[in-house]
Amino acid sequence: MTATAATVRRGLSDLAIRNMFVVPTIVFLILINIFPLFYSLILSFADYSAVSGRPPNWIGIQNYRELLRDPHVWESLYITLKYVIISVSGQLVVGFGVALLLNRSIPGKGTITTLLLLPMMMSMAIVGLFWKLLYSPSWGIINYLLGLQNFVWISNADVALLAIAITDIWMWSPFVMLLSLAGLSAIPKHLYEAAAIDRASRWFTFRRITLPLVTPLLLIAVIFRTMEAFKTFDLAFIMTGGGPGTATELIAIKLYNMAFPQWQTGKSCALAYILLIMIIGISNIYIKYLNKAKER
Amino acid sequence: MAAVESTPSRILNKVAIFIVLILTVIYLIPLYWIGSTAFKPRAAATTVPPTVFYKPEVTPFVKLLTKRVQLRKAVSEEKYEQAKWYEKLVYDAGERIITSSPFLNRFWNSIIIACVSTFLALTLGTFTAYGFSRFKVKGENDWLFFILSTRMLPPVVVAIPIFLMFRHIGLVDTHLGLILLYTALNLSFCVWLMKGFIDEIPIEYEEAALVDGYTRFEAFWKIVLPQSATGIAATAVFSFITAWNEYAFALMMTNRKAQTAPPFIPSQLGSGMIDWTTIAAGTFIFLFPVAIFTFLLRKHLLRGVTFGAIRK
Repeated sequence: MTATAATVRRGLSDLAIRNMFVVPTIVFLILINIFPLFYSLILSFADYSAVSGRPPNWIGIQNYRELLRDPHVWESLYITLKYVIISVSGQLVVGFGVALLLNRSIPGKGTITTLLLLPMMMSMAIVGLFWKLLYSPSWGIINYLLGLQNFVWISNADVALLAIAITDIWMWSPFVMLLSLAGLSAIPKHLYEAAAIDRASRWFTFRRITLPLVTPLLLIAVIFRTMEAFKTFDLAFIMTGGGPGTATELIAIKLYNMAFPQWQTGKSCALAYILLIMIIGISNIYIKYLNKAKER
Repeated sequence: MAAVESTPSRILNKVAIFIVLILTVIYLIPLYWIGSTAFKPRAAATTVPPTVFYKPEVTPFVKLLTKRVQLRKAVSEEKYEQAKWYEKLVYDAGERIITSSPFLNRFWNSIIIACVSTFLALTLGTFTAYGFSRFKVKGENDWLFFILSTRMLPPVVVAIPIFLMFRHIGLVDTHLGLILLYTALNLSFCVWLMKGFIDEIPIEYEEAALVDGYTRFEAFWKIVLPQSATGIAATAVFSFITAWNEYAFALMMTNRKAQTAPPFIPSQLGSGMIDWTTIAAGTFIFLFPVAIFTFLLRKHLLRGVTFGAIRK
């Protein structure tokens, strides 16, 4: 910048350019994302339905109090927790496992990797839709390949959540794989050579060299997937709509049902805020780790 | 490595490659199945055991694009002869075309909304990324943090107040409404990704241009933009895919006029004349561009999914 300071500048000053470039984005995001959130914060203190035509009735924190005492909300959070654990741990095992297998010279490796990455680029809603076809009890390909005759997946309260999680694992394991591969290929080869010279066992090499060096990226993958699984709406909504009964009513679906079909606007705003606080918590951790990875 | 590799590890290598190939095939079965169902005769889609070999036909695609009714009696030979090729296909399936289906319109909505929102987000995002990359901004990290955190908000949470606001100003079920939402959704992504790309361009080029008498804006326009062409293209494709795939906002904010393909395709399930081959045909058309784009993007996927943080 010292070279430019001496020259006489035409056009706008750097400060003006900077503001012109940065401010519109920030204003736009505040208008579309933050302003509505203030609006819903206010509504969360009201007994209000957007279709009733009656003005909001201010009731203080009663919505929050009712929600936190509602066993259905807790049940829904419990289902969500179960879903997050099954699907994220599944993705971690499959994704990291495949990455370990792929981390060698394989003919056509680039094409294989890209083919494996296809599912995660697709629309959750559309993936959910065609997995419904695959899960069909009588003529679905999954039952046929697994040799299960007329096994009911989607409309079976015992396995419906698992069925959604399996679809999620199919879709997002490649994400974990992609990050793991990046981590694995960044490990300096000389570390392995040194270990080989020392006649270190495979397990020892894996535990002391591979694992510690991949962990930062694995952690990023896991936190991101945890956050996304926690927010899951599309996949479950298309596949089961929360059913059968409330067997797969993840918290995002519960919120949707409360807000739209039932039009409990005030109460749903309160639930949205409870969710929002949790998401902000996870996303803070995520962005922090992301920044850490960037500095490397 | 070759020197220290022993025979058992070579065998292990072979085994690993073999397992990878098997896993890849298993992994692609769902995609293959949806693709093949899109070309099956209706009866072949739901057989036990599943039909693997069949004569592919395009009837599902014709059905996707039309509204039909069941034929009460067979069409006369004369009428059949005069019919266009696609009408014949539908006659063969025992149905008669009455009009075109809304699918094309929904597909067109998807294209328009994804393109316009991508353009807006990318334009705003590139400017902002340059601003953050080249100038001192007070609390830069906090602003970037704020920008990215808007992307993490669950759509359902934001949708409730936005729906009320949109209803108030008449943006429910309009293209503009969804375009605004998707622009916001992609903006944070564009800023982060483009900042990564612009950070990689040596600042010396611009400094030389400034010394030569370029204005700051000219330096940005004529030096930085052309240098980041690859980055812009990759970011555009990613944003397009995000908007193309989006479901939750589209479900809640549109119902007919501005509805995009993702909420439309599933809504055809269980609406009388539509069968699985038709759904598969819709899915096939919808997923095909994404598959092509994924291959075009393959070098940038890692960067894209980590918001530009990890470059490799």
